[in-house]
Amino acid sequence: MNPVKIVKNGIFDENPTFVQVIGMCPTLAVTTSVENGIGMGLATTAVLTCSNIVISLIRKFVPDQVRIPCYIVVIASFVTMVQMLLKAFVPALNASLGMFIPLIVVNCIILARAEAFAGKNGCIASLFDGIGMGLGFTVALGLIGCVRELLGGGSILGLAILPEAFPKTLLMILPPGAFFTLALLMVIINCIRNRKSN
Amino acid sequence: MHLFTILIAAIFVNNFIFSKFLGICPFLGVSKKVETAAGMGVAVIFVMTLASAATWVVYNCILTKIIITLPIGESDLSFLYNIAFILIIASLVQFVEMFIKKSSPSLYQALGVYLPLITTNCAVLGVTVLNMDSNYGFIESMVNGIGAAVGFTLAIVLFAGIRERIARCHILKPLQGFPIALITAGLMSIAFLGFSGML
Repeated sequence: MNPVKIVKNGIFDENPTFVQVIGMCPTLAVTTSVENGIGMGLATTAVLTCSNIVISLIRKFVPDQVRIPCYIVVIASFVTMVQMLLKAFVPALNASLGMFIPLIVVNCIILARAEAFAGKNGCIASLFDGIGMGLGFTVALGLIGCVRELLGGGSILGLAILPEAFPKTLLMILPPGAFFTLALLMVIINCIRNRKSN
Repeated sequence: MHLFTILIAAIFVNNFIFSKFLGICPFLGVSKKVETAAGMGVAVIFVMTLASAATWVVYNCILTKIIITLPIGESDLSFLYNIAFILIIASLVQFVEMFIKKSSPSLYQALGVYLPLITTNCAVLGVTVLNMDSNYGFIESMVNGIGAAVGFTLAIVLFAGIRERIARCHILKPLQGFPIALITAGLMSIAFLGFSGML
């Protein structure tokens, strides 16, 4: 398979958030701003790419019955590394993402890709699959963050977009806003797909 | 009184689903019928309470007690908490599965595939990390674990009840499936915001 196709597949055709609907917890929890959403997306991409590479390399030695615990240990090690790096170099982002960094371990996207792709394909293909899926996740989190930050705080990436007089909807930053934003984006995507298939 | 506050806060005010967003995957995935939702809830209560207790013991009696010397200085093993916790949870789930299979085959049948899925339920790892971050003692950790799990069960059973009704209604095509479920969850989340003034 060619790398461009694998990456494109992760971002559009099999987007983990909008099409597969997995990895919902960080998607809903950290997207109060664009910055947090993209930060979380990139941290997950890093873990996913590294774990995909290692898992595709060890897939032939690991007995089938104990593969899930093995995968989880590989993933947990990379998450610990990413957490240490974030703590050292971007402490502010680490503080705002809080406990959702250690929780990348149980993000279904990573284990799902390990099972569905890295456990069956070679190293190079798995690398690109990790990048594609990770970017698809990052784009989705960024989009949700955009909508919530714009409606809830009137700004994007800290830059004021809406005029001062425009009423800010605090609800969009609170937990219910996350559910509504994701539902809204899914409806829009469903409409576009239906129109395309007609 | 302190323990009671932790319990109520974990069930209602900081409900895992509606205010902390932990355990959303099983919440959306296993909530089509009230029966299966309740089964999932019971299994989660079981695993979460045991996991809170077991991780507390391992973290406070092993990981923070062993001191190793690194080239950059001395350190304890607490940085390994994430790997240790997920392994404890995975083996606990396996153990609970074997135990239930032996002691109560009917419950085992009812829970079916949901038991192994609990390993990747982020609510379980979430509650153990939360206990560690808030420096809770042994009893406090267990009470927090029970409270969080009861809150999860309450949320998923209520949600499954509403979804059973929705399944019988006519829904616009683009809204079918996940979007309408998410909107329902959003409305329930607004209702749970009402608890935030309670404590």
